[in-house]
Amino acid sequence: MLRIDCPFCGPRNHDEFTYLEDGSVKMPALANSNKNAWYEAVFLRENPRGAHIEDWHHTQGCRMVLRVKRDTLTHKITSVVPAHPEYKKMLASRDKPVRPSGKKSAGARAK
Amino acid sequence: MDGKARVKRYSALQILKQGLSGHSGWQPAWRDASPKPAYDVIIIGGGGHGLASAYYLASIHGITNVAVLEKGWIGGGNSGRNTTIVRSNYSMEGNTAFYEHSLKLWEGLSQELNYNVMFSQRGHLNLFFTPAQRDALARRYNTMRLNGIDGEFLSREQVEKMVPHLNFSEEARFPIMGGFFQPRAGTARHDAVNWGYARAASALGVDIIQNCEVTGFIHQAGQIVGVETSRGEIRAEKTGLAVAGSTSLLAKMAGLGKLPIESHKLQAFVSEPIKPFLDTVVVYSAYHGHFYISQSDKGGMVFGGDLDGHNSYAQRGNLPIYNNVAGCAMNVMPSLGRVKVLRQWAGIMDMSMDGSPFITKTDIGGLYLNAGWCYGGFKAIPGSGWCFAHTIAHDSPHEINSLLTLDRFKIGRQIDESGHGPFPKSH
Repeated sequence: MLRIDCPFCGPRNHDEFTYLEDGSVKMPALANSNKNAWYEAVFLRENPRGAHIEDWHHTQGCRMVLRVKRDTLTHKITSVVPAHPEYKKMLASRDKPVRPSGKKSAGARAK
Repeated sequence: MDGKARVKRYSALQILKQGLSGHSGWQPAWRDASPKPAYDVIIIGGGGHGLASAYYLASIHGITNVAVLEKGWIGGGNSGRNTTIVRSNYSMEGNTAFYEHSLKLWEGLSQELNYNVMFSQRGHLNLFFTPAQRDALARRYNTMRLNGIDGEFLSREQVEKMVPHLNFSEEARFPIMGGFFQPRAGTARHDAVNWGYARAASALGVDIIQNCEVTGFIHQAGQIVGVETSRGEIRAEKTGLAVAGSTSLLAKMAGLGKLPIESHKLQAFVSEPIKPFLDTVVVYSAYHGHFYISQSDKGGMVFGGDLDGHNSYAQRGNLPIYNNVAGCAMNVMPSLGRVKVLRQWAGIMDMSMDGSPFITKTDIGGLYLNAGWCYGGFKAIPGSGWCFAHTIAHDSPHEINSLLTLDRFKIGRQIDESGHGPFPKSH
């Protein structure tokens, strides 16, 4: 079982989450009519053996989409942040992670 | 041992002769060769697909100066990690003819290779639980019948007659409505397939080189003219990749760039051996889960389910799918509840963006690609080797694999059996 440290809910088993897809893919702007740009974004993948950026939906938790950095060989997770840049900014501007109670620190909950 | 003609055929007479002489005269099934500096063709990957490709290059196309390079030992990757199911119940142009061709090769394989691959046509029963599933299977059935492939549509009563110990109770969460049966489908012995192809290829002069990891490609004037390996440089005019699971890594090394493939892990399970219990392959998929099961000749129940669902190169499985598979098993075959799981493992699948494979030339001269086998690599071994050998020997695909190209995504001709779209984990 992977443990994903959700910035909103704390560390949770990965079966609370739904794996979405490669989070490093940037879709072209909607107005972009270059077929090749769409082909590359929709179909081609880096597929690394090692550090991988990926999106997980906390389906049975806060229902936020999280951007996770995980090693595809060791499964070690090194970073979990909200995928949406505004939420990421909002969290970064606080000194402690946001928790449902708003009081306990990440360490306290993990115990 | 170097001669081509010296390989003794296996026969009843041989068994008798060897039995009388204390079994001291058996020879190794194949030569564990050391690399030569150059070959006509190099196949990277000593799994079923690579070995079959080498065999058909030698037997059909007369190209015997071939090396199969294997990083570990032959048959130690996905060839030894699957659930050994063989079938040809596909409904998309590009897949239908290919898998049927493969099944036809399976039917004569033990005789052709002079090696018992234990292909058992015990049939493949796809259960359905909803009208929507029934309609989708009916459509598949019609496509198959139009293509001359066998199949039978079974009512709930007929399914009950065939496998009485499925969950036919009134309280079943998902009552069985019926099934779609392919009688010519079945299972085979995975090690025997690898060793059978290795032995037959080796007898024709193919060098099977183990513990030989490819570390780089030799480029010359835009062509690939050989590989660098952990056992030195080996040159060849043509190089074929048959390394499903690690395709993206080798493709990047060769300069192919990104591919429409992600690597995912798929688990499989085997139980303690029990008395004969199931004489066909049963497939169950109802809303939440996917489950397929057969019984090996040793008596073990061999089964599996869905992918773990996140990209991975780790050949080990994770608990949630273990749970899910066990849940499915209890749902469809509750009598399995007392049977202990003996082993559980995982293999790395090349999950392509449409769930269908690639057997194709590439944009780089001298480089050929066999990849993207998703869940279905084992049954495809003979057909894949046959088509890959043709593609390499003629430098152009056979009609059967002409649609299994990389550029099908560029031109909008995906072969998406399940209709899931470009999400590899969904296929």
